[in-house]
Amino acid sequence: MTDHAQEFDDRGDLAPGEQQHGDLRSRILFYVAGLGLAVLLTATSFFIAGTNLVWQPSIPVAIIVLAIAQMGVHLVFFLHITTGPDNTNNVLALAFGLIIVFLVVGGSLWIMANLNHNMMPMDQLMQMQQ
Amino acid sequence: MSVTSVEQAPAYADPHHLHAAEHPGPAPKRIVTGYGFWIFLLSDIVMFSCFFASFAVLSRATAGGPGGAELFDVRNVAIETALLLLSSFTCGMASIAADRHNALWFQVAMAVTGLLGAGFLLLEIREFVDLVGRGDGPSRSAFLSAFFTLVGCHGLHVASGILWLLTMMAQVVAKGFRADIERRILCFALFWHALDIIWVAVFSVVYLLGSAT
Repeated sequence: MTDHAQEFDDRGDLAPGEQQHGDLRSRILFYVAGLGLAVLLTATSFFIAGTNLVWQPSIPVAIIVLAIAQMGVHLVFFLHITTGPDNTNNVLALAFGLIIVFLVVGGSLWIMANLNHNMMPMDQLMQMQQ
Repeated sequence: MSVTSVEQAPAYADPHHLHAAEHPGPAPKRIVTGYGFWIFLLSDIVMFSCFFASFAVLSRATAGGPGGAELFDVRNVAIETALLLLSSFTCGMASIAADRHNALWFQVAMAVTGLLGAGFLLLEIREFVDLVGRGDGPSRSAFLSAFFTLVGCHGLHVASGILWLLTMMAQVVAKGFRADIERRILCFALFWHALDIIWVAVFSVVYLLGSAT
């Protein structure tokens, strides 16, 4: 079809975001499937946040799990990240990025919660300074 | 159609083209460019993770001011989410049209993507103006500083994404689907989809968790 389509055959690697070249209908249906799943997960997320039907302490966990699932849907259906050998480089870069993200977010929360726990409550601290 | 002559343009019409097929040299330009942009996007996501970390740490530091439950309008956020998700879908349609060298559908899909993005931005600006007008601006509390930094940074990304989108539409009109233009379209699509991924984290962590507590 185009010169880069031939390059795929020669090199067996895919650029990130590159969709496997199929026929038009299956390519559009792939996006429609992704949109459907994303809408489903988003709607569930918003529904759970505002309902009394589920056990309240489970709501934050459910929202985070739904968010991670939806990010996965976006990666697979919109960014076309696969586990295939033509995507190894993209997946490795993504994995490295995720490690940093978890270190930064998890580490910050852990350290700050620990500090909060070990620190005297603010009002008592103020009284001592007087 | 007016783009017919461009459709037949050979690979060497792109001044930066490398013919990697003849010898096992560097990877094709499209993969090198796409991969480089992927690394940039991941570093952008790492930057966002720092803002998320500071927001999570400061989410209860309201300094006696209002918290998320009083401030956020979940209905507004739901509309914003729908707009951005649909724009991600139409951006995918634009990539397919670009691969097929269909200029008309490319322009239609990109225009719809841009309008949806602009609608998202408009709702977000309205929310910010409303908050600042009520005296709950970024200087009110550490929580609100973190909120405006995180959500505002995402809004800035969307704004620059819309500018990029408009230049891509103009470049396709002026130069057609040349190989270098196609690489830019690939990078733009990556950027736009990544914005939607970050928004998933924003609406979950900031708005839904924020208004739940």
